Amino acid sequence: MDQAIANLVDISASPAAMHAAADMVLERARWASQVFQRYDRDTTLAIADAVAKAAHDNAAKYGDWAVKETGFGVADHKTLKNQLTAKPLVDYYRDRDFVNPRFDAEKNIIEVPKPAGVVFALAPSTNPISTIYFKVLCALMTRNAIVISPHPAARECSVDAVNTLIKAAEDAGAPEAVIQVIEHPTLALIDEFMGSEKTNVILATGGSAMVRAAYSSSNPAIGVGPGNAPVFVEASADLKQAAAMIVESKSFDNSVLCTNESVLITLAEISQALLRELGRNKCHICKPDEVELLRRYLFHDRGFNVEALGRDATWIAEQAGFKVQRNTKILLTPIDKIGVGEVLSREKLCPVLGYYVATSVTQAITQARALLRYTGAGHSAAIHSNDNQTIMDYAAGVEVYRVIVNAPCSQGAAGFATNLAPTFTIGTGYFGRSSVGENVGPQHLVNWTRIAWNSQASGNINDFQTARLNHRGKLPKAPADGVPGQSRVRREVSDNSPRTPARTDPELREEIRRIIAEELRSALKD
Amino acid sequence: MSIEKLEFLEQSKTFWNPNKTQFWQDVGVDLVIDRREGYCLYDMDGKRLIDVHLNGGTYNLGHRNAELIEVLNAGAKRFDMGNHHFPALARTALAEALAKCTPDGLQYTIYGAGGAEAVELAIKSARHATQKRKIVSIIKAYHGHSGLAVKTGDERFSKTFLSEDTVGEFIQVPFNDLEAIEKALKGKDVAAIIMETIPATYGFPMPHEGYLPAVKSLCERYDALYIADEVQTGLMRTGELWGITKYGVTPDIMVIGKGITGGMYPISCCVVNERAGQWLKQDGFAHMSTAGGAELGCIVALKVLEITQRPEVASMVAYISDFIRAGLDDIQALYPDFFTGIRQNGVIMGLEFNDPEGAKPVMRHLYEHGVWAIFSTLDPSVLQFKPGILMTQSLSEDLLARVEVAIGLAAKEVMGSGRRGKM
Repeated sequence: MDQAIANLVDISASPAAMHAAADMVLERARWASQVFQRYDRDTTLAIADAVAKAAHDNAAKYGDWAVKETGFGVADHKTLKNQLTAKPLVDYYRDRDFVNPRFDAEKNIIEVPKPAGVVFALAPSTNPISTIYFKVLCALMTRNAIVISPHPAARECSVDAVNTLIKAAEDAGAPEAVIQVIEHPTLALIDEFMGSEKTNVILATGGSAMVRAAYSSSNPAIGVGPGNAPVFVEASADLKQAAAMIVESKSFDNSVLCTNESVLITLAEISQALLRELGRNKCHICKPDEVELLRRYLFHDRGFNVEALGRDATWIAEQAGFKVQRNTKILLTPIDKIGVGEVLSREKLCPVLGYYVATSVTQAITQARALLRYTGAGHSAAIHSNDNQTIMDYAAGVEVYRVIVNAPCSQGAAGFATNLAPTFTIGTGYFGRSSVGENVGPQHLVNWTRIAWNSQASGNINDFQTARLNHRGKLPKAPADGVPGQSRVRREVSDNSPRTPARTDPELREEIRRIIAEELRSALKD
Repeated sequence: MSIEKLEFLEQSKTFWNPNKTQFWQDVGVDLVIDRREGYCLYDMDGKRLIDVHLNGGTYNLGHRNAELIEVLNAGAKRFDMGNHHFPALARTALAEALAKCTPDGLQYTIYGAGGAEAVELAIKSARHATQKRKIVSIIKAYHGHSGLAVKTGDERFSKTFLSEDTVGEFIQVPFNDLEAIEKALKGKDVAAIIMETIPATYGFPMPHEGYLPAVKSLCERYDALYIADEVQTGLMRTGELWGITKYGVTPDIMVIGKGITGGMYPISCCVVNERAGQWLKQDGFAHMSTAGGAELGCIVALKVLEITQRPEVASMVAYISDFIRAGLDDIQALYPDFFTGIRQNGVIMGLEFNDPEGAKPVMRHLYEHGVWAIFSTLDPSVLQFKPGILMTQSLSEDLLARVEVAIGLAAKEVMGSGRRGKM
């Protein structure tokens, strides 16, 4: 085609085309969700299990791919995260029924689940695959359709991973297009998706700008704010264990989980002992000039230097301008203030940990609050302590919705080293300008219709339990009449067909004979 | 009805078409289409109608599809209709796009301004290629109203104008009757058979399994060309781009109209293979058409083809046809004595009613309940039911709810008034 014409017809950047592109994906998702809502619980779970299996089987492939494509994190750790958000996620929610009605016999109330419909989900570049696994499985367990918008920096592995999940879902009988992926996301296109009335809920995980855009879209959104977790090591703590866990957590996937510890706060009386333990765990304690180098390297006027995101400790030290031992796992930067005036007390998605020595428990809690006031409100905090009252005072004081005790915070707050719900979407609640304060899960993608009887009524809804939801399953395939194998109405093959004469009355036989004779005659004439 | 509308209808009778204007008032459809958007029409008095007439598939992608408006506006900044004598950028681009997406062997596109002109072109091309005159079509066929096209169709449209065939060049045979086709062809003096893949104006009777491929082989045997009129069955309406390929036939000539420009800037296309297009090599000036293949229309058509072939569209059509069929099956179960059958391939549907004129009261009650669907002119027992290929889930559900009520009312009216014995 002539280029001038091709250019003329290419209106893809126009608002009309942008709107149409989003609309078609969302309308397909709507069809899929409406059909999915006809499915029963066993079928739904079978689909979730099949997708979880495909996710698990490909965990390493996408773990490697994500690191190669983005340069963030550690392949083995990504693989582990991917695995954890596959089968164990479905198992965690296996006993929660999101398909059948709930009966509350005492209150005479029945609750009927109603899936959200179409979920629009953003995935970040830091945890691309595990977030996709997580959101897709949450949607499937609740019979929702989902559209994934991958982060441009992790586009290729994300698109491939979603396609793997799509295949598994459809092979297991899910409606077509119940999972879709935006292959070429742009800001304008994402805006269309977020603002469309066909999007029922946005699951936003990513940078603050994106999360705020989701909340500004006019659609219901579950968006989560950034983390900046303080970890308080108190005098009663097992220092050996605490140091090991903090280093493990901070170096896990090079700190790309937003639940990673940002600043370690401790008390003067145990500081030396703690530093010794940290050192044993391959933590490099930075000298003041190194701290300054890191300060300059990690933070620009615009904020955190994304070049350092998810990189390992030795690489970062080198970039910053100093050398550390080859096997160094994290860099510890002593700081003497927290909040405005100390950039190292901001969120650092890399294995650099601030270190602040407080004079008292009260001051430690005050400084932890200051850290979260600076950034990371509503997210996570950790404490290593064996004193119940201190743990309670700390938890009551910090403005977050999960406090991890004597466990690595990266994994613990995300539900992988604790009994919290496993998630890749950490609700930062009202402190963190979010609509959800707990670990987001499938339950957030369902509303329930409450059927309530007159409170004065006698009788019991147990009598009602014979009533069932009518799960009709897949739509029957509409016929294509006249197309072999696709007709519904059985029509006989044309009984006048000269090749397959069905009628055998003498008149017809005579007619056929006559036709053949004529045919022969004309053939001979030729 | 508003005073404004009453006054307007009088003007319409005075200046436009008195009989047609009155006809619609008489059958209870006082529609004057004003605003239109997506799959909805708005009467000049404001009433909304869900459009499942789509004027025969013209509005397959919805009324005033925003992408088509965009591309038409862009095109208008550079082009107009063009000069049909010369090689032209847009006409060639569309012809190339059609050669790519039409069945194997179809190579050249000859342009018209409307469907009938494309049928003229098909017949003329076939006559030139075979050097024969006879054209076979089916009884109750409809291929348009111009000189040759009108002769292929029912006399209802040709006799009025003394334009019916009088010299025996146009032969009509019953649909789904292979013997009749063979009888018509065996003299080897037929230039072409022209067939709508599913005859629309006849109420979408469905070809029997194997019928269309058998017609094609008879054409090959008796040296006649096969002209597939895909005006209403093309452009994804069967869930495949062309209905004829879904039935396993590769035609010699394909006629495309209506939906190819989404109702935004009319053109029609006659796509021919090498043999049927011989005259284009010998005497390219033999047929001319100033508005044929107007370049603005070509620009719009390129976008129509692009939208229609997006991978999402096929699955949308599957959802729409499955969902609407399931709903119609439920409705049929409520009124089985009246609503007797459903003909379907994709979003091409004909609803059969147990009365020779049964589709007319259904149409009227649908109209009263906010749905516009039209009876089949040549078989008014069948309602043409043609949802668009981008129909939304919620509008489809809205549609079915209205259809259920309207068919119920029509059933009561027709079956309850003792007319049942008439059948």
